[in-house]
Order: sequence, then structure tokens, then C-alpha cells
Amino acid sequence: MTTHTYLGSPERTYLLRGVSVLGGEPRDLLLGAGQLLDPADAPGDAVTVDGDGLVALPGLVDLHTHLREPGREDAETVHTGSRAAAAGGFTAVHAMANTDPVADTAGVVEQVYNLGRDAGYCDVRPVGAVTVGLGGQRLAELGAMAHSAARVRVFSDDGSCVSDAVLMRRALEYVKAFDGVIAQHSQEPRLTESAQMNEGVMSGVLGLTGWPAVAEEAIIARDCLLAGHVGSRLHVCHVSTAGSVELIRWAKGKGWAVTAEVTPHHLLLTDELVATYDPLYKVNPPLRTAEDVAALRTGLADGTIDCVATDHAPHPTEDKECEWGAAAMGMLGLETALSVVQHTMVDTGLLDWAEVADRMSVRPAAIGRVLTQGQPLQVGAAAHVTLVDPSAVRTVEATESQSLSRNNPYRGLELPGRVVATFLRGRATVLDGKLQ
Amino acid sequence: MRRHLLSSADLTRDDALQVLDTAEELRSLADRPIKKLPTLRGRTVVNLFFEDSTRTRISFEAAAKRLSADVINFSAKGSSVSKGESLKDTALTLEAMGADAVVIRHGSSGAPHRLATSGWVRSSVVNAGDGTHEHPTQALLDAFTLRRHLGDLAGRRITIVGDVLHSRVARSNALLLATLGAEVTLVAPPTLLPVGVSAWPVQTSYDLDSALDKCDAVMMLRVQHERMNAAFFPSAREYSRRYGLDDRRFDRLPDHAIVMHPGPMNRGMEISATVADSTRSVIVEQVTNGVAVRMAVLYLLLSGSDAARPGTEEAVL
Ligand SMILES: [Zn+2]
Repeated sequence: MTTHTYLGSPERTYLLRGVSVLGGEPRDLLLGAGQLLDPADAPGDAVTVDGDGLVALPGLVDLHTHLREPGREDAETVHTGSRAAAAGGFTAVHAMANTDPVADTAGVVEQVYNLGRDAGYCDVRPVGAVTVGLGGQRLAELGAMAHSAARVRVFSDDGSCVSDAVLMRRALEYVKAFDGVIAQHSQEPRLTESAQMNEGVMSGVLGLTGWPAVAEEAIIARDCLLAGHVGSRLHVCHVSTAGSVELIRWAKGKGWAVTAEVTPHHLLLTDELVATYDPLYKVNPPLRTAEDVAALRTGLADGTIDCVATDHAPHPTEDKECEWGAAAMGMLGLETALSVVQHTMVDTGLLDWAEVADRMSVRPAAIGRVLTQGQPLQVGAAAHVTLVDPSAVRTVEATESQSLSRNNPYRGLELPGRVVATFLRGRATVLDGKLQ
Repeated sequence: MRRHLLSSADLTRDDALQVLDTAEELRSLADRPIKKLPTLRGRTVVNLFFEDSTRTRISFEAAAKRLSADVINFSAKGSSVSKGESLKDTALTLEAMGADAVVIRHGSSGAPHRLATSGWVRSSVVNAGDGTHEHPTQALLDAFTLRRHLGDLAGRRITIVGDVLHSRVARSNALLLATLGAEVTLVAPPTLLPVGVSAWPVQTSYDLDSALDKCDAVMMLRVQHERMNAAFFPSAREYSRRYGLDDRRFDRLPDHAIVMHPGPMNRGMEISATVADSTRSVIVEQVTNGVAVRMAVLYLLLSGSDAARPGTEEAVL
């Protein structure tokens, strides 16, 4: 491609000067016509971005986002959620299926896909429900969703667990036909009836019904065995316990196609926070202990856990401004994910920036089969780029958010790092730290 | 004392002794011809009950009235109030009424804590029982009753028997009695002890018989009917055989040991009728003491620890 092919393009060309690609030596990146181009071909009218001190990553990919539309547009919409995603450095998000109506048909996933495309802030990849209405009884039309315009590859009943072993086995087998993956919300339902928080010392003291680690681990163990047995792809959502990390390590050692994600909040927060009885800290799976947090960090560092996924879960104020038992589960995550990862993994020496790119872009894109994303930042690749300033420090303000909701558990915390720019196919969705 | 009473853990040993000593002075009031003190005249105490508990509400109401406070009973049970947004709205209403203290009973653990820390109200908050969390004034009245019979509780052996997992009474008592230096043993089937109980300042046992010989008091907890069909134990009869205080076990208690129950009792289940009605059962006395202890709590929270003691000249100004 020569300079002439994009000179007349209505799209701007961006020259990112002296950025540290994956934390390496400073060099220039040229973004034009949706692609990474040879910086030597930079046209005179290219918009120059001073990249001094900035780290360039491939655009971040989130495997686990709740955009709430259709159904709960008071909490979030595809538009606002994808703005939050862009602000957080994401160029692709997977929109979970637990909407109303549930994303269990080609019609609903196409609706979400189209809303994402119209919003234009990131690629919105709908996740299809595994079972009709998340009911756990019958398989949804997985093939129809896979072959819809939304090209669904990730299927999940997230929010509910596909607890029926036969149904889970069939789902794992069935999606092999179109290279799909079942993303399981691992929660044994009987062991977690009315569960409110991690079962342990804190739940005993606080008098809140416990959500034991074994309820997660029992399902993960079973699902790994099933995935191994039928030779299918299993993805474990929001791993939260030390025992789960061990099980996934064991399954990977067997050579089974098991992948896993961890949320930023499980990398940082512990169940001690529940002593405030502030529902801001109510989430599913629940915040666990400091030992679990340490095991999750180790698992993410050594690659046992493949990626970070936000489980961004917006809730309107009234669903959190109440007593613990009545409150909804979930917390925001898109706009703070990279900062939390820098704080817990980079600044602690557990991951370098190349590994952050691997865990937050390359691997999630591969798991979700997001073809143009998570690619190396080299000439010819689609221009999905995130620029982060690791030296910035900010005190998190709940009100400074693109999300419609304010259930931010990090409010008041000082966190490192700031997303300076996000480029989706060469178009700036964030520039100078401001949403475009 | 702090501004709120949310958990027994809020009380230092000195705080707890101050409440018990104050309650002792106030209890003598019961024997006087005029049972009212003007101490909290012009103050408003709201009883905010999201759960039915006539006995606790009446106890708080009597306590507030004997201190001359204005009492508003706000029963939220059965009304449209069921979800948390309403807790906030209710709180704002109480704030507008100028409540000085809110006595809250709620089915959700932590609701009093939420009320006290959310910034919705400026009043003092007293936890009158929250979910399966705590019931600190019950623990105070139990400690008060124990002290009347046993004297200083340091080194005394108290055995608490039953559904510890779901019992706010057990939680509050374990913490408070440990603070007062007593040796607490929790006895329950393993299914009814919380995970993590080993971190509590108590001993635990699965065997009631072995915990009876040397104890100074035994406190029986009520077994709720909904536990019976949830596999916590095989049957009511087996529970009663293994963990009930029957006549045979009662005979094995030391002569000075007393029997307590927070009520209401399941006679024939966790406690036999003979034991419940025996002279060493202090169950009725617990109710009487409840008023004095709650007077002490309201008095100390609302008039501040620097204020004069009730019963003295200054307090009756
Ligand atoms: Zn989930």
C-alpha cells in the first residue's frame, strides 16, 4: 500500500511518535485506512501523537461484559457500555447473554451486534445463551446464532451455571461444529442457595450465607473432565479461588482445551471488605480471601489463567443503595481494568507489558475467535491500538465514568495508569484521554 | 460508648461493664413507686421493626418510656417495605421526624450497620437483631442475668447449645461473654456450626454430655422449624436426643448452674418442660432484665458517657 491510497481518505491518519510497543524501545506507529502502515510513509497531514512515555498495546479485548441492552437500559446500553469500554482501552467486548429478552436467538444477537456497530466505539461481540432463556433445560439454537451476522463463537449462560451434566456435555460437543466455546459460570446451584458472600471466617462473623469455594471448584472439575472426554473447548469464567487455579493447571497439563479468565476485582479485593456491608462489594462469584487473590495473580502470571475479563456489571443506584441481602450482585470494571492489572500485576513485577498484551488482548481474542483483534502491532495488521501512560496516577471517582451506572468498587482508591488513546480500526475512540 | 450499638464487638470490656452497672442501678427503679426517670424527656426513640418480634419491641418500648422518651413504633413488616431502597426512604423519613435513636430489627444481616454508616440518618442506631448476624442487647441482658447469679463472669464456663450457624443470639453472646472473660463453649451438630468458627474466641464441641459437668450456665438456642427439612439433622427426635436439655442431662449439671433460653422455646425439642419450669431456669427473669439493660443502652447512647448517672440528683433535674 502506498501513501496515495489513503491520502484522499476521509479518515485521519495518525502518527504515534516514539511509543513503547509492548514496553519495548520507542518507535513510531502509523495508523491509516484502518491498518498499521509503514511509518516511513507518513503523509504530511498525519495527526501526530507524542508517544513519549506511552506504552502501545494491541486494543484490549474483553471476554465478559454485561451491556444490559436489551432490557435494562436504566443500568447500561450498548452505546454507553461501549463508550466505557473505549475509555478503558478496549476495542472489543463480548456482551453477555443475560439480557431481557435473553440473547438466545439469532434475532437478539444480531440486534446487539447492530447496536454495537452503530455505536462504533468498539467491536461488540454478542455471547449467545447456551440454553433457552438461560433456563438450563434445553439448548438454545446455537448454530443459528453462530451463522447469524453476529457470528457468535462464545456461548454462555453467565449469571446461571449450566449445572446439568448432560446438557453441558451436549453443549460442549455441539459447538465443535462451528469452532465455538462454552464459557461456564461455575456455580453449583444447591451449594450456593441464597449465598451472599465467600464462605469462610468472614461469613461466619457477619452472619451472611456462605458461597463456598467448592461450589465453583466442583463444577470446574466436572467441566474439565467433560471437555477432555468429548474433546471440546471449555472456557471458565471469572475464576475466583486458589483451588480453581489448581484444577485448571491440572486440566491444561492433560492437554485439554481449557481456558480461563480472572476479573480485575478478584485480583485486588478481598472478602474483608464485606465487613462494611456496603453492597458495592457484592459480586458473583464473591470476593475471596487474600490467599485466593495471591493464587489468582500467580495463575495469571504463569499463564494458567489465560486472560483478564472484566465482568463489567452495571447496576442502577437503587439496586446497590440498600441492605446487603437485597442488593444486586456485580461491579463496574471496563474503565479501571487496565489500572488494576498494572497495580496488581505489572507494578508487582508479575507481568511485563508484553504479557499484559497477551492476557488482555491476544489470548481473549483467540478464545473468542475475534479474527482481526489481538494481533501483533506490525505493518498490515488491523489498527486496533491502545496507548497507556503507566506513570499517571489517579484517584478513582465514581462519577467520572462513561457508564450509566456508578457501582464502582474502586472509588476513592489511588490507581496507576491512564488510557491516553484508543484506536479502533485506525479511528481514535479516545484521544488525549478524552472520549471522541 | 460509641454512637451506635451494632455488634457485641463494638463493646470493650469497660463499655460492657458500664452498661451492666448502669442497668443494675436502673433495675432497682423497678422496685420504686414511680418507675419513670425524666432523663430522655424530649428525645425520640423509633422502634423500626422489619420483622415481627413483639417481645423485643415491647422491651425497648418500655425501656424508652421509663426514661421519658417519646416512642414511635414503625412496623414495616407486611407493608410495601420489603426491598432496600425502602430502607433508605424509611431512614430519611425517620431523620425528618427528628429521631434521636433508631432501634432496628431487620431480617437482613448488616441492615443496622447500613443504616448507621450510609449517611442517611444522624441518629444513634441500636441493633435489635439483624438476620443471622447479631443481637447485642440480648447478649447484654444475658450477661446481666448471668452476673446476677454468678457474680464476675471472668473464668466462668458458659455452654451455648444449638443452631449457632443461624443464631444472632449465639454470635453476640460468644463475643460479649469472651470480652467479659468467660470461657464459652459452643455445642452443636457440625452442620450447625459456621465455617470459620475456629477463629472465634470460644471452644466448640459436638458432644453436649461432655460439656455439662463443669459448666456454670447453659444457654439453649431455639431450633427454627425451617432447619428441620434442610438436612441439618435427620429428625427433630434425633436432634432432641443428642442436643436437647432433658431431665437426665439437667441432673448432671453442677448445683449452682443456671439454665437460659432467649425464647420463644420449643418445649420438648431443645429443652424439656420440666427443665424450662425448674427453679434454676432464669428464662422469665431474662425478660425482666431486658428492660433494664435496654434502658441502660439507650441512656448511655443518648446522653453520652459524660452525663450523670441515672438515679443521682443531677440526672433527675
Ligand atoms: Zn458469571
